[in-house]
Amino acid sequence: MTDRVAQLVDELHGLCRDVGRRIQVMEVCGTHTVAIFRTGIRSLLPANLRLVSGPGCPVCVTAQRHIDAALELAGRPGVILATYGDMLRVPGRSGSLERLRATGAQVQVVNSARTALDLARANPQSPVVFLGVGFETTAPATAATVLEADRDGVENFSVLMCHKLVVPAMQALLDAGDVPLDGFLAPGHVSVIIGAQAYQPIVAKHRRPVVVAGFEPEQIMRGLLALVRQVAEGRAAVENVYPGVVTADGNRVALELLRRVFVVADAPWRELGVIPQSGLELAAVYRRFDALQRFELALGEDEGHPLCRCGEVITGKAEPSECPAFATACDPLNPIGPCMVSSEGTCAAWYKYNRVQGPGAQRVPEGQR
Amino acid sequence: MTAVKPGLGHDRIVIAHGGGGELMGRLIREHLLPPLRNERLAALTDSAVLPWPDGELVFTTDSYVVTPLEFPGGDIGRLAVAGTVNDLAVMGAEPVALSLGLILEEGLPLAVLDRIVASIAGAAREAGVEVVTGDTKVIERGAGTADSSRGLFINTAGVGRMRRGVQLGLRRVAVGDAILVNGPIAEHGLAVMSVRSGIEFESTLRSDVAPLNGLIRDILATGADVKFLRDATRGGIAGVLADICEASQRSVEIVEAQVPLSTTARHAAEMLGLDPLTVANEGKCIMVVAAGDAERVLAACRGNPLGRGAASIGRITDAAPPLVELITRVGGRRVVQRPYGEELPRIC
Repeated sequence: MTDRVAQLVDELHGLCRDVGRRIQVMEVCGTHTVAIFRTGIRSLLPANLRLVSGPGCPVCVTAQRHIDAALELAGRPGVILATYGDMLRVPGRSGSLERLRATGAQVQVVNSARTALDLARANPQSPVVFLGVGFETTAPATAATVLEADRDGVENFSVLMCHKLVVPAMQALLDAGDVPLDGFLAPGHVSVIIGAQAYQPIVAKHRRPVVVAGFEPEQIMRGLLALVRQVAEGRAAVENVYPGVVTADGNRVALELLRRVFVVADAPWRELGVIPQSGLELAAVYRRFDALQRFELALGEDEGHPLCRCGEVITGKAEPSECPAFATACDPLNPIGPCMVSSEGTCAAWYKYNRVQGPGAQRVPEGQR
Repeated sequence: MTAVKPGLGHDRIVIAHGGGGELMGRLIREHLLPPLRNERLAALTDSAVLPWPDGELVFTTDSYVVTPLEFPGGDIGRLAVAGTVNDLAVMGAEPVALSLGLILEEGLPLAVLDRIVASIAGAAREAGVEVVTGDTKVIERGAGTADSSRGLFINTAGVGRMRRGVQLGLRRVAVGDAILVNGPIAEHGLAVMSVRSGIEFESTLRSDVAPLNGLIRDILATGADVKFLRDATRGGIAGVLADICEASQRSVEIVEAQVPLSTTARHAAEMLGLDPLTVANEGKCIMVVAAGDAERVLAACRGNPLGRGAASIGRITDAAPPLVELITRVGGRRVVQRPYGEELPRIC
């Protein structure tokens, strides 16, 4: 396998040399960001191929107003807030769920919406609010759980809906037009659900190649190679180098679940503002499971930290090292922005894999600038 | 110029303070060491070495709060014996006796207690130590939701006799030394996680929890030039390698393809978004050995059931600045850092 990867690396270097100019591609998803660092692929890339991280880490794009709402709900007497573990440390205006838990709030880590529903069944006297975060990967599970809660009449269960859609965010980035991008490396796991064809509008409207790839080193290298080949040939198409796993049309059952339980709505993204038709809300028949409605809570506004540049980081406008707070005021112990909290956040990945030990010291391996 | 508003500081203990990472390091450095300051404590070794008539006495203590109490491959009792024995053994000591402090929560089924105490007895026999003193307290059941009950906590202290002529310490680490590990990593942490409430997944993973004093006895008996030993518990081997790098001011280079890791563990770690290098072990020891003696030590390891999967995983280099670097399977390089606290499984 190593030989095959080495061969792909050689091929990529050759292609990038032929293109000559700088090529900038965005890996949309945090899982790709981390895999590219963890496997050392980043250190093997040609100097003129620049990878920028995109808005594909669900923790990083969750709006502060949603975290604030979660904190508010978890602080109410009797309420159990069930959340995926990596949301624990995300800072809201008044702290994080982890800190709130330390003061006695009932914040429970769960690995699925289903576990949150089990918690609701086991504690019928307590309202259980599930923090519904994630893209099309986790949204179908939330949908199935809402259906189950509806069927079984688990009325103490509700969801704080923060689910988001990947493609509208990619489109919003290109519409804004302030980051030069030659193409996208699209995430395998989201694509399993939505299907490779879901990226067709990006190709049609913006003429940028989109390549769907898996997360193994060889799969990532194949994805990058396919992207650069399209750039070299002046083509723009949706290409799937993860066949057998990702199909053109996606997972019909999961998509049907989403259609049945949710409606597409405008949604706030951390540091990006409201992106039209980029989020999911509960459809009218299931609205009674909406935590905001159940607890008569309105979302507030996001209040960005003056130093934090997470918004620029997740749109590829800035690298973490360009943020004045990176590894100085903001680190994984005291994260200011969500990109430093999530294990798949760009800043956390840079901090962990691309920084010399010692305060503020950094090293960027050759070929990455 | 506006003042830099730092991220939110901590004015209370959060779970990550106990994660064996950088956050715990700060807690110890800032809140525990200053008021208690003395030379032996400040060394922050696995055990304290005290002068004693006719040699040296090695003394350590550790507490165990794992949930669930029983997990694939072990339980809190076996963990308590192995953990304390290993802290003595990696100092070069032969463990002699343990204390056992039990904090029991009301409602704990006696059948569970019996199983755990039997496991303590079994692990102590395996390690050749005796539990010679103990204490029992009962606390009220934790308030809150039904599953907040924790059942039982254990504290063990242990004493051991320092072997004569054994000189272990980070100051002896030199450029060229080999870095060895006695078998596949990350299995304890992943096995416990696989049955932990809220994370559970199907897996054949089993904790590697085991007393390592027999293995370490075999290693030291070779007469090889062993420079440093440390059991890679919380923080994983990444934490130990960071300790070696920081204290010796030497770089550490690890070759990913040589680090023993089962396919099951690799997949489980991938699924949870965890770096296996940072996942806890309870029966794995990192050894720094003079390069010329590495094979001899590996042979001794492989002759013991707890070292059958031993491997040389890297070396000490003079690269500057001092860093722990990993040469990845595909030939890339990256930095390895101490995890900063409890590593959280990711969402998607």
